[in-house]
Amino acid sequence: MQKMKLVVVGNGMAGMRVVEELLKIAPDLYDITVFGDEPYPNYNRIMLSPVLANEQTIDDIILNTREWYAEHNITLHTNARVDRIYRESRVVYAEDGTSAPYDRLLIATGSKPFMLPIPGAELKGVIGYRDIKDTNDMIAAAKTHKHAVVIGGGLLGLEAANGLKIQGMDVTVIHKNDWLLERQLDKTAGKMLQLSLEAKGLNFMLNANTQQLIGHESGEYQGCVKAVQLDDGTELSADLVVMAVGIRPNYALAESAGIYCNRGIVVNDTMQTYDPRVYAVGECVSHRGTSYGLVAPLFEMAKVCATHLANFGIGLYKGSVTSTKLKVTGIDLFSAGDFSGGEDTEEIVLHDAVGGVYKKLIIKDDKIIGSVLYGDTADGAWYFQMLRDRKPIHEIRDMLMFGEDSLGNTGHSGQDKAAAMTDEMEVCGCNGVCKGTIVKAIKEKGLFTIDDVKKQTKAASSCGSCTGLVEQILASALGGGYAPPSTAKSVCGCTDKNHEEVREEIRRHKYLNIPDAMKGMNWRTPNGCATCRPALNYYLLSTWPHEAVDDPQSRFINERVHANIQKDGTYSVIPRMYGGVTTPDQLRKIADVADKYAVPMVKVTGGQRIDLLGVKKEDLTNMWADLDMPSGYAYAKGLRTVKTCVGSEFCRFGTQDSTKLGIDIEKAFDHMWAPHKVKFAVSGCPRNCAESGIKDVGIIGVDSGWELYVGGNGGIKTEVAQFLCKVKTAEEVIEYSGAFIQIYREEARYLDRTVHWIHRVGLDYVKQRVLDDAEGRKAAFERLLYALQGATNPWAERVEKRSEHKEFDIISIPA
Amino acid sequence: MSSWIKIVPLGDIPKLGSRVVRSSKGDIAVFRTEDDKVFALHDKCPHKGGPLSQGIVYGDKVACPLHSWQIHLADGHAVEPDEGQTACFAVKVEDGSVYLEI
Ligand code: SRM
Ligand SMILES: Cc1cc2nc3c(=O)[nH]c(=O)nc-3n(C[C@H](O)[C@H](O)[C@H](O)COP(=O)(O)OP(=O)(O)OC[C@H]3O[C@@H](n4cnc5c(N)ncnc54)[C@H](O)[C@@H]3O)c2cc1C
Ligand code: SF4
Ligand code: FES
Repeated sequence: MQKMKLVVVGNGMAGMRVVEELLKIAPDLYDITVFGDEPYPNYNRIMLSPVLANEQTIDDIILNTREWYAEHNITLHTNARVDRIYRESRVVYAEDGTSAPYDRLLIATGSKPFMLPIPGAELKGVIGYRDIKDTNDMIAAAKTHKHAVVIGGGLLGLEAANGLKIQGMDVTVIHKNDWLLERQLDKTAGKMLQLSLEAKGLNFMLNANTQQLIGHESGEYQGCVKAVQLDDGTELSADLVVMAVGIRPNYALAESAGIYCNRGIVVNDTMQTYDPRVYAVGECVSHRGTSYGLVAPLFEMAKVCATHLANFGIGLYKGSVTSTKLKVTGIDLFSAGDFSGGEDTEEIVLHDAVGGVYKKLIIKDDKIIGSVLYGDTADGAWYFQMLRDRKPIHEIRDMLMFGEDSLGNTGHSGQDKAAAMTDEMEVCGCNGVCKGTIVKAIKEKGLFTIDDVKKQTKAASSCGSCTGLVEQILASALGGGYAPPSTAKSVCGCTDKNHEEVREEIRRHKYLNIPDAMKGMNWRTPNGCATCRPALNYYLLSTWPHEAVDDPQSRFINERVHANIQKDGTYSVIPRMYGGVTTPDQLRKIADVADKYAVPMVKVTGGQRIDLLGVKKEDLTNMWADLDMPSGYAYAKGLRTVKTCVGSEFCRFGTQDSTKLGIDIEKAFDHMWAPHKVKFAVSGCPRNCAESGIKDVGIIGVDSGWELYVGGNGGIKTEVAQFLCKVKTAEEVIEYSGAFIQIYREEARYLDRTVHWIHRVGLDYVKQRVLDDAEGRKAAFERLLYALQGATNPWAERVEKRSEHKEFDIISIPA
Repeated sequence: MSSWIKIVPLGDIPKLGSRVVRSSKGDIAVFRTEDDKVFALHDKCPHKGGPLSQGIVYGDKVACPLHSWQIHLADGHAVEPDEGQTACFAVKVEDGSVYLEI
């Protein structure tokens, strides 16, 4: 079959991002030709500032080398400006006569610096700041000249000014407003920024308007700029003038081809222009009336555009909320959303003028709508996340200003920590990745997202506790180029739907098996991946118990074989000892089995039972038969252990029979699958010897009844369980905790522990469902009991139906 | 000299699953995809030797059970950016039986 032809005009960040996304999902669909009018392959434009500041070189910032284009069979024309598009015959022509026919055309021509239309604007030495050429011009000018004037105190202007200063020039920034970065900062923060930049040696003239540029009239520098004149008559010497007063979408080419434009190429939510064969992305487009000047939104557009070019026809771009950061080393500022205030908004402000810290949050209808941070930006990503997710804040409002750490709910470490770390310091303890490795990968490989960093460096890809730190490193390396992933993210690359949407569709359409679910929800891949299949399998089973089909091949190996895989491919066997109570008989059986199968290690676990480690897979079934004890589900996303203490039967302080209640709970909820593992503990008095304070459900006996705590976690990040309620009887404990767990089972995202789920929905919500709504609680508890009806010990099942479980048998062949 | 050895009926390998064959060349994982293609790889992940046979199979890849490297079934290469390759063996299905070339 002949491939379709895709032509891309504009070899920049947005256009090539579409190509990369497209190659990932439909590598063989198109013959691709790219035109770019710059002499380079695609590079990381946002890193021009570090290049100017001598922190990086041009070579460092190339994103796609010429070899990369060749490897992917992409025809690249550099130095080739497209000046004609013939939409009827579907061909584009470049100025040098090169032409290319297309079936689909992608326009990604970016934008142009806006040059003030003032007298002298055409003089030599007057430039914008947009590309490698401008950057090289500035570096060259600094070698021979002294005075630079930057017009415009926005992000780009300040980065240019900082770079020129580092290159050795005297720099003055002319800005027409009262304070710098007036679109990103309020006045207070703008003034603090000005002080810090003045300390670096920059000069500022605020409330100043440029009237004209004056050139040398004769001599060696005839035709070159000499001075800048302001409207009050002031003259400033200038050998170099950088205009950074804004950008204009570059849509002239599209417009000349008759494609509808309105201050940008007008596109719909699928990034299609008015000509259905022509797509457009990047700074050149106008989407719902907005043009963007930062890479994060462009990348979101690129993802959507690629799925449509790939004929998947899914994904909509609905606009972006952006955040910004200034890429000047040593200056921390962060700004997002709307911070101008207004009628029905409230402000929370923290200002330490001496310490150089300023934070302002703008709140409307119980949600953050804007934030400005200066000096301490550690919580920028966190506020931005809440802003994007429109998260209600009343529960944490009093602590909001003190940052995420004050809530004690993540392993996050602030900007200050990331910045203070040396390159050799370890960021990811699981995979041994140092800060230097991450920074290097971000810069050299052009990484923009946490996922990119995870894939390339493995940092944050195992237990995830360093994700916050990696985010900080990304944010400081990329400036506004970094957008934290929305928490409502899609399940994986196989679909655009997020967890909630997937659950909802499974419920609505009553999908009962994975193939139907994937088909019904337009999965992009024929049978998903190792991320979505286990999630789907769980959602099906938890939504339609007894009806949905359990797919063993979609379970992680541990759940498939009911044992925990070890580093050398052997397995561990942990039988249940309900409530941590055992008998001499059980111990004898365990000892006999350990002897018979020469188990390399027998260990008492942290969960009050015994672990037989290093068992060969082919021995598992025989061993289970000999043991004749139930599986402890120590491998499952499901009910793990119910730890207990001695309690009132023996302990002199015991107020309640915690051991018995623990055993009853473990039996009542045995065989339960859940989004992640679930652990209980029951202590007989507030001395709490079973450590109820760090369990998903912790129960503490008191003289008058039982206290229930939920959402504790003793793992990656210790979380203290929160008080839910106090009840009188053991039956009530089982009903309340069962209802809580059932709602978690029905509503949490796969791989969320209870604590993560509660953080998202709020403890108030949990209380409302479990405490205030008595009928709802009873119904939820009934649903749990129904789901568990008839469940049996999986080890016994495998022993009985050995012939149906061939996966345990090894096939031997003659030598 | 290598020769084709009959292993098991195709139906004895679960779809999107695998079986382990113990041979003089070490353990070999024989995979079956959704559309009944079969592949055979040395049952050792190029990362830290994890048993690939125990991983989740999807498309024509398998995710290693130990640290989730993804391995192409067709040539044993790890999916980028991971680097490494595990050995492959020839397999075929004839008259409903799976044959392995050793
Ligand atoms: C066997 C045991 C250690 C021991 O020798 O005592 C153990 C062993 C493992 N734990 Fe654990 N955990 C064990 C008690 C704990 C405890 C303590 C407890 O339960 O009181 C905790 C902290 C409490 C908690 O979960 O809140 C604990 C927190 C973790 C975590 C972090 C969970 C978190 O949400 O932060 C993981 C990783 C995960 O699940 O993703 C983990 C994962 C693991 C795995 C399953 C890693 C894996 O996927 O292969 C380990 C298997 C080792 C092996 O080769 O078989 N293990 N693990 C304990 C088994 C208890 C049992 O009888 O079932
Ligand atoms: C110095 C600097 C610092 C920045 N810092 C940040 C930052 O910290 N964070 C952030 O998010 N963003 C930053 N930006 C903005 C970011 O670089 C842009 O948003 C992004 O590059 C836009 O991508 P694009 O593909 O739309 O345009 P571009 O990357 O400009 O690509 C368009 C390409 O098309 C070419 N072209 C145009 N017309 C034609 C034609 N007719 N024929 C052939 N080729 C053509 C252009 O030459 C260009 O190479 C910065 C920009 C600059 C200049
Ligand atoms: S048993 Fe738990 S703490 Fe120990 S190495 Fe394994 S996962 Fe880590
Ligand atoms: S051993 Fe396979 S991913 Fe580590």
